[in-house]
Amino acid sequence: MPQHPTMDTRFGTLCTAVVFAVFVRWVVSLNSYSGMGKPPMYGDYEAQRHWMEITTNLPIKQWYFNGTDNDLLYWGLDYPPLTAYHMWLCGKVAEWIDPDWTSLFASRGYESYEHKLFMRYSVLIGDVVIYIPAVLLYCFLQKKFTHTQKVLLSCVLLLFPGLIIIDYGHFQYNSISLGLTLWAVIALSHRHEVLGSAAFMLALCYKQMSLYHAMPFFCYLLGKCWQQRWKKGFFSLCCIGVSVLATFAFVWMPFLSDKDLFLQVVHRIFPVARGVFEDKVSNFWCSLSVVVKFRNFMSHEGLLKLCLATTLLGLVPSSLDLLFRPSGNKFKLALVNSSLVFFLFSFQVHEKSILLPALPVCLLLPWRPFTSTWFLTIATFSMLPLLVKDGLVIATLITSILFIIAVELGLQGVSSDPTIGCPVCIWSSKNLPWLPHRVFFYAVKSGFYASLMGALFLGLLSVVVPPPSSLPDLWPVLISVYSCSHFIGFTLYYHIVQLMTTDSKETAAQKTKKTQ
Amino acid sequence: MAAPMYFSVVVTVTIVKLLLIPSYRSTDFEVHRNWLAITHSRPVSQWYYEDTSEWTLDYPPMFAWFEFLLSRIAKLFDPAMLEVTNLNYASFATVLFQRLSVIVSDFVLVYAVYECCQCVQLVGKKKSPHLLSQPMFVLAVLLLWNFGLLIVDHIHFQYNGFLTGLKLLSIARILQRRHLEGAFWFSLLLNFKHIYLYIAPAYFIFLLRSYCFTRSNRDGRVQWTSLSLMNLFGLGVVVLEVFAISFGPFIAMGQLGQVLSRLFPVKRGLVHAYWAPNFWALYNIADKAATAVAVRAKLLSADDITKATMTGGLVQEYTHNALPTITPLVTVILTLAAMMPALVHLWRRPCTPRDFLRCLVLCAFSSFLFGYHVHEKAIILIIIPLSLLAVESRQDGQVFLLLSTCGHLSLFPLLFTQAETPSKVCLMLMFSLFAFMSLGVLHSSSKKRPYCLPLLSPLETAYTVGLVFLQLYCSLGHHTLGLTTRLPFLPLMLTSVYCAVGVMWSWLKFYLITLTDMQHLKQS
Repeated sequence: MPQHPTMDTRFGTLCTAVVFAVFVRWVVSLNSYSGMGKPPMYGDYEAQRHWMEITTNLPIKQWYFNGTDNDLLYWGLDYPPLTAYHMWLCGKVAEWIDPDWTSLFASRGYESYEHKLFMRYSVLIGDVVIYIPAVLLYCFLQKKFTHTQKVLLSCVLLLFPGLIIIDYGHFQYNSISLGLTLWAVIALSHRHEVLGSAAFMLALCYKQMSLYHAMPFFCYLLGKCWQQRWKKGFFSLCCIGVSVLATFAFVWMPFLSDKDLFLQVVHRIFPVARGVFEDKVSNFWCSLSVVVKFRNFMSHEGLLKLCLATTLLGLVPSSLDLLFRPSGNKFKLALVNSSLVFFLFSFQVHEKSILLPALPVCLLLPWRPFTSTWFLTIATFSMLPLLVKDGLVIATLITSILFIIAVELGLQGVSSDPTIGCPVCIWSSKNLPWLPHRVFFYAVKSGFYASLMGALFLGLLSVVVPPPSSLPDLWPVLISVYSCSHFIGFTLYYHIVQLMTTDSKETAAQKTKKTQ
Repeated sequence: MAAPMYFSVVVTVTIVKLLLIPSYRSTDFEVHRNWLAITHSRPVSQWYYEDTSEWTLDYPPMFAWFEFLLSRIAKLFDPAMLEVTNLNYASFATVLFQRLSVIVSDFVLVYAVYECCQCVQLVGKKKSPHLLSQPMFVLAVLLLWNFGLLIVDHIHFQYNGFLTGLKLLSIARILQRRHLEGAFWFSLLLNFKHIYLYIAPAYFIFLLRSYCFTRSNRDGRVQWTSLSLMNLFGLGVVVLEVFAISFGPFIAMGQLGQVLSRLFPVKRGLVHAYWAPNFWALYNIADKAATAVAVRAKLLSADDITKATMTGGLVQEYTHNALPTITPLVTVILTLAAMMPALVHLWRRPCTPRDFLRCLVLCAFSSFLFGYHVHEKAIILIIIPLSLLAVESRQDGQVFLLLSTCGHLSLFPLLFTQAETPSKVCLMLMFSLFAFMSLGVLHSSSKKRPYCLPLLSPLETAYTVGLVFLQLYCSLGHHTLGLTTRLPFLPLMLTSVYCAVGVMWSWLKFYLITLTDMQHLKQS
């Protein structure tokens, strides 16, 4: 009688986990999407559908230009070419199923039961092809884990509610760009720098927001090359450069022939003319704007420069640290730090951009289950104003509870000791021996529960109690400020962790040197 | 089983149910809304006469009282749903309330399953840390995550989880040898939904044999002198009391005839529009084949063929052409005949609660296979009690795997909307993967057949794999071949006939196991 799992059950448990993840995704997709039945502008769902209409009906040179057939003010294409190609492909399939779905002008605001199904399937297919395999690969490449742990970890990662709700509820294709980024991370951690940089370039060409992750990629690759011997390092740097440029050129090929064309695409992708933030975002500027009204004493350009300066300044510590001491752990932490700094300080931030820091935080889950769970839950919560508008509150609440339960069952995310691996605690136990260790434990735990209760309370208030007429944005603003304070705290925490992490191999090598 | 583990199974399945809230709802949703309205805004004397909506109250009085209680809470959600004239009303609050009422009432099932799990016998099983080799955990998942219950209750919309909970509670009490409580819960259940009359013979024989008669002879026959009048009286009081409370007021008002005519409408056909995978599905297809042959051989003229045959079962009244047409009386006789060996078998031995459970499954089988106008949903009545046996014995596990797979697949046509296809496929895959893995681990043997599913023979494996191809054909192939307009009912017919073969096979196998089990005991 075999007491250990056999080959059949190994495969079976993995399949069950994946099927469950797909099931949750699909059931969330039965809910409403952004702008459902809300003419004249609708929402992101209509934006994606409109892009299918534009790309299948217009020649490629006109995609990004305003013209008689392409009104850029109505959901004009403002994502890089790879998204456009993807939309073209989806559009062709849509055209084949029902030409009404993509007919120029006539299909604006098209909504039907079948079309919703088609759109949901298109998200699911992208997810199943790119994101889910990447997550599985990431989990199964962790050498120190048992099979059950790997399955549990992949199940937990696949159940992150933020991504599910935005992709399958609100409607976007984030899983594709995040999946490509994840492929890049996996490739880099297994020394396939050329493939990894190409994959990241694809992510960047799918969604310009992936730029939030660019700095750590750059610093890690440069740092790794720096570490090698001069000739070998230079050679690998060249390889990486060629791979990046080749990928870029390949994706952008149709737009490289003409300078104006290229500049127009770039201009569409980086809309500097728009505001600092869209709606209410839980970032630094939006929270500060509650107290300080920038518009009164700062020009648009001034604000842009201020954003740029603070973002760059914020990037310095984590980037320099990674550049000079590149390691797999630091790389993931730097991804968190860089994307969080971008989210907090950069220009034209969407609330959905919190998914970019959330991806590397997901990757840290097995090592820092407690803080990661906390962060991911608050990240989902921070998008609540958007989700309230889309009618996704119940789905968000349920998937969040599911996620917390999954983390707790799979990784002991809530019940684990938050002080393990916490740099502040390690420092204090060394330097402040009179301070009992349990103080931190209870402080952090009660902070966690208080923060979640606060989020639940605020969420309930915003759904149940109508805001006073003098302050119509009261609840979104409060949620933004509440989440932003968390994000600032997390940014500090992850910075300290990154700066204090020492590579175990490195220290081991140093120790052997010392003993010699 | 550790309580925290059970708790996590319960919480995850409850979350799945909550996630299913926005799914498609069948007309049963409106049926239950209408019953809420009737019981809330009409006096008791009017409940079984009210017919503003075509969905009149046709469940026994206890269920009406249950709806009455629900309507008190429903008032807080949306009072508009409680108006009888407000037909097809489905505001967001209404949907939320109705869905939540199913989810909350399912906690009866949660409690009953917990009680059942405590009754699992660990025969010759060593304790193993691996979760899949703990029978209690496996049973809890098989019952709580049951595919049929999930889709019928939480997508299609019914209260089967709650009713199944009552049934399992009564079974658990009998397994714990608390017979009176078992009888009480079962008679209560009968007064909630009369479909459970299907399994009433098993209860009747078992309680009479092992509760009213207290001793057996050496050879296992009943000792006629051991009749305990005390027990018989107690049992009678418990059962009659429940029926008196339920039907009493209606008898007092002189409405018994009206209530019964609502409960047992006789105007329906032999088979449902979609054939349940039972004996009659095979009979119908045999009739079709024979008709085709007869027409070719000029034994029947094309004019004799009734219109119903052409429309492939869309018309409720179905007349056979080549084979004799079946009347309700024939089905009753056949059903009882199919039950008889099991009941006699139960009577002729000092029956244990496990024998009772087998007889219960066989009664449900017989009614499902030979009953008149059987719904495909009735397969749940077989699969649920069979789960209890499946975790304890290897042979029952084999039957369970085959039956649950083909039985659950036969429920697919219940959800015909396209958006529900991935939901049902995923739920089915999860349940089947878990069932095959866990029962495979639980009853693992040293000699393992290559290329076979766990516990199944090569033939059964081939059949089960065939189900996958069948489903692929029905959902994709049929449309691609362009046969949708010419033969619109072919996929449904194929599904029910193919599944009927599996159900019949499982029935015969299970009967054989039950009957040979006796000889095995005699020899020893």
